Amino acid sequence: MTKSFLEVDGLSKVYPDGLGGELTVFEDIRFALEKGEFVCIVGHSGCGKSTILNVLAGLDEASAGNVVMNGKEVKGPGLERGVVFQNYSLLPWKTALNNIVFAVQARWPKWSKEKVKEHSERYLKMVGLDHALNRKPSQLSGGMRQRVSIARAFATQPELLLLDEPFGALDALTRGVIQDELVKIWEETRQTVFMITHDVDEAILLSDRIFLMSNGPNARIAESVKVDIPHPRARATIFQNPAYHKTRDYLVDFLVNRSGSALPEKDGSPKVAEPAKGVAQPEPATAQSETESETAARAVNA
Amino acid sequence: MASLNVRAALLSVSFLVLALGLWEMATQPPEADAAMTEYERLMGGADQESRVPPPSEVIKLAWAELSNPFYDAGANDKGIGIQLAYSVYRVLTGYLAAMAVALPIGFLIGMSPLMYKALNPYIQVLRPISPLAWMPLALFIIQDSDASAIFVIFICSIWPMLLNTAFGVANVREDWVNVARTHELSPVKTALTVILPAAAPTILTGMRISIGIAWLVIVAAEMLVGGTGIGYYVWNEWNNLDLASVIFSILMIGVVGMLLDLALGKAQKLVEYKE
Ligand SMILES: Nc1ncnc2c1ncn2[C@@H]1O[C@H](COP(=O)(O)OP(=O)(O)O)[C@@H](O)[C@H]1O
Ligand SMILES: [Mg+2]
Repeated sequence: MTKSFLEVDGLSKVYPDGLGGELTVFEDIRFALEKGEFVCIVGHSGCGKSTILNVLAGLDEASAGNVVMNGKEVKGPGLERGVVFQNYSLLPWKTALNNIVFAVQARWPKWSKEKVKEHSERYLKMVGLDHALNRKPSQLSGGMRQRVSIARAFATQPELLLLDEPFGALDALTRGVIQDELVKIWEETRQTVFMITHDVDEAILLSDRIFLMSNGPNARIAESVKVDIPHPRARATIFQNPAYHKTRDYLVDFLVNRSGSALPEKDGSPKVAEPAKGVAQPEPATAQSETESETAARAVNA
Repeated sequence: MASLNVRAALLSVSFLVLALGLWEMATQPPEADAAMTEYERLMGGADQESRVPPPSEVIKLAWAELSNPFYDAGANDKGIGIQLAYSVYRVLTGYLAAMAVALPIGFLIGMSPLMYKALNPYIQVLRPISPLAWMPLALFIIQDSDASAIFVIFICSIWPMLLNTAFGVANVREDWVNVARTHELSPVKTALTVILPAAAPTILTGMRISIGIAWLVIVAAEMLVGGTGIGYYVWNEWNNLDLASVIFSILMIGVVGMLLDLALGKAQKLVEYKE
């Protein structure tokens, strides 16, 4: 068996329950990510998604289990893993540009000032903020702040990007616009992304696979759902794809009816589900119409 | 309608005129000779001299003093500028020394709960001690009145800076520290580029409180040690029964204190940030 880019093996998190006993938030979390994949994790509030992400980031420690990235165990935070937090986490005394400059300098300490600045500006441009370079975060709207935060994470070109409900605090309109921007910047960079969301549509729009987490305590990653919709995707047209509805129904059914009792495979790995398997894709005339080959081609590219 | 500032200024000036007018009227010299008792005549009109001087007299004196603030005519007769300069010099020396100690220690106990717990009992006992209570010990150990005054300033400036630095550092948002961690900043770089700017407004608040206290204390300290300085000057003029000079120097203490506070206020503005 070949090693994956990221391997998560038997993670669990235990807290004292305040009554002298123990509370296991989640246990035996196992999954693997391949390079270039975009994976979302969906689950009810409190099941431990943020904790898992923070363990991957190296900001939190698991009670058991380990995380191996590129064959090296993850111990503590590092520049090869970039994080976007829900509350943006921009340094408020720095301008938008300098928030990115700060990160780029940390990533490439040997770069000249001009190169750092040019690189930073390029990423701010990618999220459409070239007009707001010199504004402080307090002078930016929530959506603009989150764009800066995303630009910062992409600008350092980490091998793995971790996003914790990045659009959770934004209104629906703004969220849509920034989702499109995230799609665009991801199509350009093909970074490996692990993202938490509670928005099923957002997960389908962005992901190659969606992890479904059962409810805590003792939460597990029960299923891994393939999203058989070809890239590039767009928010405005994705719902015309029949695979979209199949996938959406499957996810909603899990969250509403099955998240309390769902279990992974016996070996602890998530059950693989392909709700849209065999659904005909409305392809452009030149492309092959078969989903399988589309997926295969993408795997080769990655 | 005039702007708020203009109206406030007009009102301020009218209050001043009113207060000075009342003061002037209340301190008119008594009617000449007629009102003098025999006793007063015998005393050479001393009572007339020891009344509170009217503002006109204080202003006249202020004009004379301020037009030549740096004259030096011997130990007991120096210009107000020289006296204030001595006091400011002592305050700034003690204050800078306190900064050099308080900021690093504040950082340390703000970053380390262990150090905080270990040092907190001492801080709590030392902090409420009146700075002047240290004076005899300082004089005995240091054997130099000037240095003792500076030491007293040092000891009274240290606490607000120390506690505010510790508080500011300990309460830096965890998100910002996490930003430093995920970007693999070294501890020194984290301290300088994330924690210091994040805590700077709180630290500056402590520094502003400290400079205010230091300026309050220097007057009392100089009254004790004597020699030079605005505190000594006030006391000396009181001994000379020159109340106009006493009032004038009180006003100057206020003005210099305000300028010191203004300077720190400006510095505070520089490091402020909005979240
Ligand atoms: N310090 C703690 N002590 C006890 N329980 C905690 C602590 N921190 C988090 N938890 C619990 O861990 C669970 C997972 O939290 P989190 O990872 O934030 O969930 P999610 O992101 O999925 O909403 C929550 O149910 C929370 O109550
Ligand atoms: Mg969460």
